[in-house]
Amino acid sequence: MTTEKRDSSDIDVAYVAHLARLHLTADERECFQAQLEQIVHYVRKIGEADLRGVEPTAHVVPIRNIFREDESREGLDRDEVLANAPSVILEQFQVPRIVE
Amino acid sequence: MDVKSLTLTGAGELLARGDCTSVELVTAVADAIRRTDAAIGAYLTVDEESALSQARAADEARAAGRMGRLLGLPVAVKDVLNVRGQPCTCASRILQGYLSPYDATAVARLRAEGAVMLGRTNMDEFAMGSSTENSAFHPTRNPHAADHVAGGSSGGSAAAVAAGEALAAIGTDTGGSIRQPASFCGCVGLKPSYGRVSRYGLTAFASSLDQIGPMTRSVRDAALLLEVMAGRDPMDSTAVDAAVPPYAARLREDLRGVRLGRPREYFVDGMSAEVAAAVDAATRRCRDLGAEIVEVSLPHTEYAVAAYYIIATAEASANLARFDGVRYGFRAAGATDPIDMYGKTRAQGFGAEVKRRIILGTYVLSSGYYDAYYLSAQKMRTLIRRDFDAAFERCDALLTPVTPTTAFRLGEKTSDPLAMYLGDIFTVTANLAGICGLSVPCGADAGGLPIGLQILGPAFGEEVVLSVGHAFERSRA
Repeated sequence: MTTEKRDSSDIDVAYVAHLARLHLTADERECFQAQLEQIVHYVRKIGEADLRGVEPTAHVVPIRNIFREDESREGLDRDEVLANAPSVILEQFQVPRIVE
Repeated sequence: MDVKSLTLTGAGELLARGDCTSVELVTAVADAIRRTDAAIGAYLTVDEESALSQARAADEARAAGRMGRLLGLPVAVKDVLNVRGQPCTCASRILQGYLSPYDATAVARLRAEGAVMLGRTNMDEFAMGSSTENSAFHPTRNPHAADHVAGGSSGGSAAAVAAGEALAAIGTDTGGSIRQPASFCGCVGLKPSYGRVSRYGLTAFASSLDQIGPMTRSVRDAALLLEVMAGRDPMDSTAVDAAVPPYAARLREDLRGVRLGRPREYFVDGMSAEVAAAVDAATRRCRDLGAEIVEVSLPHTEYAVAAYYIIATAEASANLARFDGVRYGFRAAGATDPIDMYGKTRAQGFGAEVKRRIILGTYVLSSGYYDAYYLSAQKMRTLIRRDFDAAFERCDALLTPVTPTTAFRLGEKTSDPLAMYLGDIFTVTANLAGICGLSVPCGADAGGLPIGLQILGPAFGEEVVLSVGHAFERSRA
C-alpha cells in the first residue's frame, strides 16, 4: 500500500490491485499509476453530464430465467475437466493449504 | 486452386457443382496459411489434420446425399470461443494448455451445418485491445501494410480473411472488436444486436456488451453465417427468442424507400479527412441507389468512450476473477497459501492491458466510487440508447465511419492506453445501446490502407443493415 497522501478521488493502484488479487511489480505500480490516473481523469467526464432522474441501464434486453424440466442429464466429462486443472488429487482440484 | 478472393458462398457453389471437394478446399486454405502466415501472424493454432478429417467427412456426407448450409466449408474461429478438443487461450498465458471440453453454441451451430473448424485466430488478450498487439504470443500484422496493425481485438480473424488465409472467420465485438479490424483490413464484419447470437461458450469479457459475429469477404457471407449462428439458446438466457429471418435470401440490391441517417457527431474535428471523404462518397452512392439521406443527432456520443470503459472494465474485473489458478490453465509456482497463489498466478498469467482493466474495473466498483462511476455510466447508457431510439424514428439505419483513422503503426499507441481507447469512439455506442452494426469496405487512403463504412441499425434490424451493406457492396463491384 502506498503511504503517499492522495486526493480522495485519486486511484490508489497498489490498494486496488490488492483488492483484485493481483500482485504488481514496482515498475508496474508506477507505470499503471500514471496511466490509470490519466484514464480515471478522462472517464470522470461522465460527471459533467446531467443524469438527474435517469434510470440506469444494466442490460439492454429483458432477461428472464430459462427453465427446463427437472431431469438429470450428462454434464461435462470429469476426467476431461480435471485434465485442465494445474493440480489434482483424488479426482478433485488441489490448492495450497487454507486452514492450519 | 486460388482461394485468395473466394467467398464462402462461392466455395459452396463449387462444392455443390462438384467442381472441387472439401478436402481440396481445406488443403488450398492450409497451403495459403503456410505460405503467408509467418509474415501476418493471423493464427494461434491450425489443426490441419483435424480439418482434413472433418473435410473428408463432409465430402462423404455430400456423396451420401446429405446437405448443410456450410457443408465442407472451412471457417476460422477467434481463440476466445470454445471448440471441443481445441485450445482456447484467449491469447493469454493464463490459459496456456487449456483444451475445451465442449463447443460454444455458435460453434455447434456452424458444425451442425457442416462447417470445418480450421484453426484459431489471434486476438488481443481476453479481447481487450484495438490492435491485436496485446496478444501474449505475437501481434498480427495488417495484410495491406506489414508495419501497421490489423486492428483488434479480432485482428487475427480480420487479417486471415483479408490475406486469403481463411474464407471466413468468427470474431467477437464488445466495443468494436469485429467492426474495427474489419475496417482496418478491408473485410466485412458484423456485430449482431445484443441477444441475437448465444454467448454460451464465449469466454466472457463484458457480459452485457459481448456479441459473436461473422467476418467475411462479402455481405452475403456475413448474412449466411449469421442465420446459422443466431437464435434462442437454452444455455444463454440473454439469447433472445426472436425468429431468425433467412438473411441471405432477403438481401436487396437497391435502396428505394430506405431512409439513412447521417449522425453529425460522427464527423468530428481531428478525424482523417480521407476517412470522412470516403464515408461521404459512400453516403452519396447510397443516395444514388435510391436511399433518402437525413441528418440526425446522437447528442451523448461524446460521453460514450467514458461510459464504455467504466462498464466494460467493471464487468471484466468480475468475469476475470475466475482465472485464479485453481480449475484451469496456468498456476504460479511457490505460493504459500491460496491468496498468495491467486496474486502470483494472475501477476504472471495476465498481460499489462488486462491488468490495467482489472484494476480500473475494480476501482469503479469499489466502495465510495460506485455511484460516481458505474452507476453514472449506466445512466449514460440509458441516454445513449434513447439517442438511438430517437434517431431510428427518423431513419432505418445510420451511415458513419467505423474509426476516425485508418490502421495505425505497430507500437504507435502501445504506451498510451487512453489514446488507444479514444479511437473506439464510433464503435462503442452500438454495444452500449445493444444495436447491430456492419463494417463494409468503402475505399482506401493514399497509403492503400482500407477504410470502412459503418452501417448501424436498430436492435434486431440486421435485415436492413445487411441489405444496405449488400447494395453498397454490389454498386462498387
